[in-house]
Amino acid sequence: MDTSNFSCDPPKLHVLVVDDNNIDRKLIQKLLEISSFKVTVVDSGSKALQYLGLDEENTSSQFDVNLIISDYSMPGMTGFELLKKIKNSSTFKDIPVVIMSSENNLTRINRCLEEGAEEYLLKPVKLSDVNRLKESINKSGSQHMGQHEQDQSVDCHGPTPCSPEQKPKQNGLLKLDELIATNSIN
Amino acid sequence: MEQNHTKRQIKVTRNSLFEQGYLDEQFTQLEDLQDDANPNFVEEIVTSFFSDSTRLIRNVETALENYPLDFCKLDDYMHQFMGSSSSIGAKKVRNECTQFQEYCKARNDDGCIRAFQRVKQEHATLKRKLEAYFQVSL
Repeated sequence: MDTSNFSCDPPKLHVLVVDDNNIDRKLIQKLLEISSFKVTVVDSGSKALQYLGLDEENTSSQFDVNLIISDYSMPGMTGFELLKKIKNSSTFKDIPVVIMSSENNLTRINRCLEEGAEEYLLKPVKLSDVNRLKESINKSGSQHMGQHEQDQSVDCHGPTPCSPEQKPKQNGLLKLDELIATNSIN
Repeated sequence: MEQNHTKRQIKVTRNSLFEQGYLDEQFTQLEDLQDDANPNFVEEIVTSFFSDSTRLIRNVETALENYPLDFCKLDDYMHQFMGSSSSIGAKKVRNECTQFQEYCKARNDDGCIRAFQRVKQEHATLKRKLEAYFQVSL
């Protein structure tokens, strides 16, 4: 009997990591691989868009991505700009996007969550962060943020036209409370 | 006997790096990621750090020779440097990077130059100490 294809293990979740810092890329990759993710790493927002097939050439993407983790401060396209592009795309808007940053800046955190980020992780990212993320992704499964009304509150930069009307999501505000609670406990 | 002595030596060296503030908790996080499947992870990432940071140091040195100082560029370099230092738990190096960034924000030429000397000093010291540590623990 041929059991070569037999496997009890669920397919690994595929994460796309975006970070311009070499050391951070290595670290995040290790954290994710140890937590049984399949990991693809790119060093810029534009390469991330290329990989997803969201760049100008509109190359179709065959890569099934379950999660995107991006640094906030990157030259060229910031993580925030990347987040906006992903959330404005019909194909990828439901993929959870996590932002990482060394800045514990409440305004920045709020902006990211309002724009649809799943979480905002403070660098250096730890194994406990990745574990928590994994649980949260597994729990929510394919269900995601759901409908939300749109109202104009974000500032736009770059060539991408503003998306019409973005209203802060209920879920986003909950995450912010949790984040504050976590920070104060630590 | 010799093996026990070496183990003790490794432990003492490691503890002193933490006690003297060269390393912080983040280094322990790196060690936790090391196992049989990834036996040299810490040394690999530390080696990458010194390779990257040596290049950054050269870039900053060049930038500090061009007047008027491009504080934006300097801040970008130090942001990278600080990020990497923080990620490997290089506490003293990171703190000196933060100082440098303060002088950048204040657009203080002399302050930047002096702060950078300290960054280089701490960087060199840490490199020496970690090289010694990895030799002992190999």
